[in-house]
Amino acid sequence: MNQVREFEGTVDELKTLFGDRAAGGETMVLNLGPQHPSTHGVLRLMLELDGEEVVRCRPDIGFLHTGIEKNMEAKTFLKALVMTDRMDYLNNLGNNLTYCLAVEKLCGIDVPERAQVIRVLCAELQRISSHLVWLGTSAMDLNASSILIYCFRDRERLLDIFELIGGQRMMTSYVRPGGVWRDLPEEFVPAVEAFLEYLPGKLADYERLLTRNPLFLRRTVDVGIIAADEALARGMTGASLRGSGVNFDVRRAAPYCGYEHYDFDVPLEDGCDVYARYRVRMREFHQSMRIISQALARLQPGAVMTDDRRFAPPPRSALGRSMEALIHHFKYWTEGFTAPQGEVYQPTESPRGELGCYLVGDGGAQPARVHFRTPSFHNLQSLAHMSEGHLVADLVAIIGSIDIVLGDVDR
Amino acid sequence: MTHIDTTIASLREKHMHAIEQIISFRDETTLLVSAGALLHICRDLRYDPALGYSVLADLAAVDYHPQRPRFAVAYLLHALKHNARLRLRVLLPGREPRLPSVTGLWPAAEWPEREAFDLMGIEFTGHPDLRRILMPADWEGHPLRKDYALGYEEVQFSFNWREIDLRKDYAQE
Amino acid sequence: MGAEQKLGNLGIVTTTLETVVNWGRTGAMWPMLFGLACCAIEMIATQAASYDVSRFGMELMRASPRQSDLMIVAGRVSRKMAPVLRRLYDQMPEPKWVLAMGDCASCSGVFNNYALVQGVDEIVPVDVYVAGCPPRPEALIDGILKLHEKVRGESITRWA
Repeated sequence: MNQVREFEGTVDELKTLFGDRAAGGETMVLNLGPQHPSTHGVLRLMLELDGEEVVRCRPDIGFLHTGIEKNMEAKTFLKALVMTDRMDYLNNLGNNLTYCLAVEKLCGIDVPERAQVIRVLCAELQRISSHLVWLGTSAMDLNASSILIYCFRDRERLLDIFELIGGQRMMTSYVRPGGVWRDLPEEFVPAVEAFLEYLPGKLADYERLLTRNPLFLRRTVDVGIIAADEALARGMTGASLRGSGVNFDVRRAAPYCGYEHYDFDVPLEDGCDVYARYRVRMREFHQSMRIISQALARLQPGAVMTDDRRFAPPPRSALGRSMEALIHHFKYWTEGFTAPQGEVYQPTESPRGELGCYLVGDGGAQPARVHFRTPSFHNLQSLAHMSEGHLVADLVAIIGSIDIVLGDVDR
Repeated sequence: MTHIDTTIASLREKHMHAIEQIISFRDETTLLVSAGALLHICRDLRYDPALGYSVLADLAAVDYHPQRPRFAVAYLLHALKHNARLRLRVLLPGREPRLPSVTGLWPAAEWPEREAFDLMGIEFTGHPDLRRILMPADWEGHPLRKDYALGYEEVQFSFNWREIDLRKDYAQE
Repeated sequence: MGAEQKLGNLGIVTTTLETVVNWGRTGAMWPMLFGLACCAIEMIATQAASYDVSRFGMELMRASPRQSDLMIVAGRVSRKMAPVLRRLYDQMPEPKWVLAMGDCASCSGVFNNYALVQGVDEIVPVDVYVAGCPPRPEALIDGILKLHEKVRGESITRWA
């Protein structure tokens, strides 16, 4: 128990962070502690309240800090991939994709066409899965608790699809540097097509329950307003930014994996409030489904892993017959491949915003520095600005609308 | 001429001596700038209407130990209207690394600078609230530095399971 | 034997106090909402309709430690979170049990580094460990059922 230190410094925090009104007792400082049902994870908010109104809000993060960046420096490029799943744990394939794209950019690896289409499929399916969790949890925060059950039921179908391709429901590590782990099984395409037929009806149900519901409107319209220039100045990206009318989507600005060939819209809303962000994400569901059906049509037979043997493992069928393949397999999995010296930054569009991987190589087999520009970390900075002047109950709606994942914030 | 070329030409005019090196690698441009001129260069990049780098995408600190100079801070800037990305890298000495804060230009730098301070120990002068953000407030040391141990715990295999188990500090009640 | 047959016809059963108390405790063991990271998502999925855990009496996830019996530590516990975890455990009234869900709670999983507590059993005494990263909802339910078995075998003096 020697490493469990008691919470110290709460009174000092009061004086330094909040000023005289709080220290004098005129306003109340409330700790919306790390364990709270509505904070979507371990987020601690120190609120200065004047009655029920939030005068100042100070987020305190770090309760889920896992040391992923330092731990990745101690592993080879391939083994470090496993840690990226667990960062933003609702966007596993997207995190894998960002890291793999950065490694491929640094090392100069070409990815075959079929692998790129599969990656787009994975990223968009993951986007739908993440938005389902967002919808469920943020509607539940506003006390529409049946939406949580409905969304998780729909998400189970997606998790079955992920289990088909990657073997696991969540942390699949399916996207690897050079391509993807293995080819799609034949049940994949029918399963995805069945899902694409199933989902629009369900989404229409949820929209019917929420979009013009006077209670929902009362709780979300004109709550958590952030103007476009404020949002950009504070580094906000993703659906939260598009809810303020700024047309910025990394899939359009810096296309990767062949996104320039797909026909989709970028939903924009002008409201700048929680309701606008809700509308943007509901429309993103439909755009993701459009991309998925186009990607299914673009699937052509081919290789799913690069044929550059420095970066791809040998096929398992060769291991029983060829000594060189065995040696290659052994060295690939123990020592790994080396990257040239240099630094790259690869942005992608995660369901939360711009997820970027800044990768520095030093000629060795381990990354010299990996830094993830995570969207939730930057979006959370705006919480203080958005919540001042609102009631505590509105704060819960605002946190739900920014769609943060604490694994993304703290890494 | 791409926007990056325009930027470099414009910066060269005003800050000839401050730009130490221009690196172009995999279609990305990195400018190595000196710490003293950082704020002036950033101000031009931010407020010059022809350049318009209105978004700070990220701020990352790197430790090159045991190479000297030891630290670097990379600023990833994004000009939204021109869809151009530029990286500025500033090299810092290992002893007392210090840089001016850019939160006055881009408020988005507030938390990334706190993170660089917390995990790497780089001080940003002029930051409104420079304290630890990810580690507990009373933590000692800066974890992401190369001379900070990973904190690896010895893995229990069947041959050493018993002896590690006896040493391990389990909670009793 | 004869007495119990006759009493059984009247709708009376004889048993020990221990059995009844333990049966009551397993019947409606309320978990505390302590989802930290990825395992929390699987815990919510276990709560949801497809793998309904309210079959086992656990439909209510109490956010307050004062009203819960079972702390399912779902996710990785960082050094900053450790005192919070211990304080919440201390705030739970007895009888209380701890289920370490997932690899990170059992042994810190993939992350063997400075930032995480290497297994939550360094802070709180754990009754059941559920392996997996994250464990499937079926695995979590299996862990819960094992905990119920353990509770049914508990002596009445453990929490006296």
